[in-house]
Amino acid sequence: MKELFDIFVRSVFIDNMVFAYFLGMCSYLVISKEVKTAFGLGLAVCFVLAITVPLNYLIDKYLLQEGALSWLSSRMADVDLSYLTLIIFIAVIAGTVQLLEMVIERYTPGLYLSLGIFLPLIAVNCAILGGSLFMQERHFPTVIHSFSYALGSGIGWLLAIVAFAAIRERLKYADIPKPLEGKGIAYIITGLLGIGFMAFLGI
Amino acid sequence: MKSYLGPLNRDNPILTQTLGVCSALAVTAQLKPAVVMALSVTVVCAISNLIISLIRNTIPPRVRIIVQLLVVSTLVIMVDQVLQATFYDVSKMLSVFVGLIITNCIIMGRLEGFALSHTPGASLVDGLMNGLGYGLVLVVVAIFRELLGSGTLWNHQLIPSSFYESGYLNNGLMILPPMALILVGGLVWIQQGTRKSSEK
Repeated sequence: MKELFDIFVRSVFIDNMVFAYFLGMCSYLVISKEVKTAFGLGLAVCFVLAITVPLNYLIDKYLLQEGALSWLSSRMADVDLSYLTLIIFIAVIAGTVQLLEMVIERYTPGLYLSLGIFLPLIAVNCAILGGSLFMQERHFPTVIHSFSYALGSGIGWLLAIVAFAAIRERLKYADIPKPLEGKGIAYIITGLLGIGFMAFLGI
Repeated sequence: MKSYLGPLNRDNPILTQTLGVCSALAVTAQLKPAVVMALSVTVVCAISNLIISLIRNTIPPRVRIIVQLLVVSTLVIMVDQVLQATFYDVSKMLSVFVGLIITNCIIMGRLEGFALSHTPGASLVDGLMNGLGYGLVLVVVAIFRELLGSGTLWNHQLIPSSFYESGYLNNGLMILPPMALILVGGLVWIQQGTRKSSEK
């Protein structure tokens, strides 16, 4: 239990997707003009990460890794399909997102209205694929560990984009040099926030 | 001709279009991985642009994203295998970021915005130029970070050891990830600033 909590806290603060690895930067920079939409996108990322990472974990463990197919028959024990990782992961993500979109639209129209527009964007969000790839690199022992990691990264991402959007809303009233307005200052603020987050390194 | 050169400065994918920032910044702590990353992205971008442009009339619009993802991820797998075979150390350093070329918005953006509506030749050049424009920013940021952060360039010591003896210290902050963002912010500033003055 303690281990799971450690993974969770670590992925929220120390290995924060945005500040430590720059994942999902594109949508992070573009969709952070208002706190409300930023929160919607953050929730959608959380949601998709929490579903696709454990799914990809199972696929990786039982289909792709070297010797993973040994549960099928002993002859398959030395098959190594790991070179298919990228294409399978992205297919799983794109498929899941499509499926989620349909399910949400059918059963919870309210949620669909707030998340719906972001879902197609998420299929090509680097944070999602990045989550799966980091999960593969870290060799978690069970699927529950990978779920805890996914949830933590998602919440970390949510935290980052909401904080950033809040700062950006205030920025309208700030006096910034003309050429630096918009994108330039956005990069610099993210950098400063990142330095702030480095303070968590000691935990 | 001028429009082809646009991505190098005026329409630079990172600085002006805000595309492909995701995987760009994490690999710029040193020059070598940055150059390898820039080359990989250029290759994938150019070839995928060419392929999508060749089959653009046969892709049904509804499933085009999946088709694009499949083409790009196949190319990325090939690049990844080549890197692992030839530059194993760099490939280890880049770790997941090679895989993340798939979701690099530059590539998807160019496929959606250019290759689907232009001829194969033009698409190839467009992909190449956007890849190079991306690479340019990567290399500039990497040069600053490696030189100031560890005093080396391409793993060669550039700052003489006599400097260190007289009290010169490497700027450790440069190695940390947030510095990459601040440097890019500075680049945007310079680029926007110069453009304003040239248009006046």
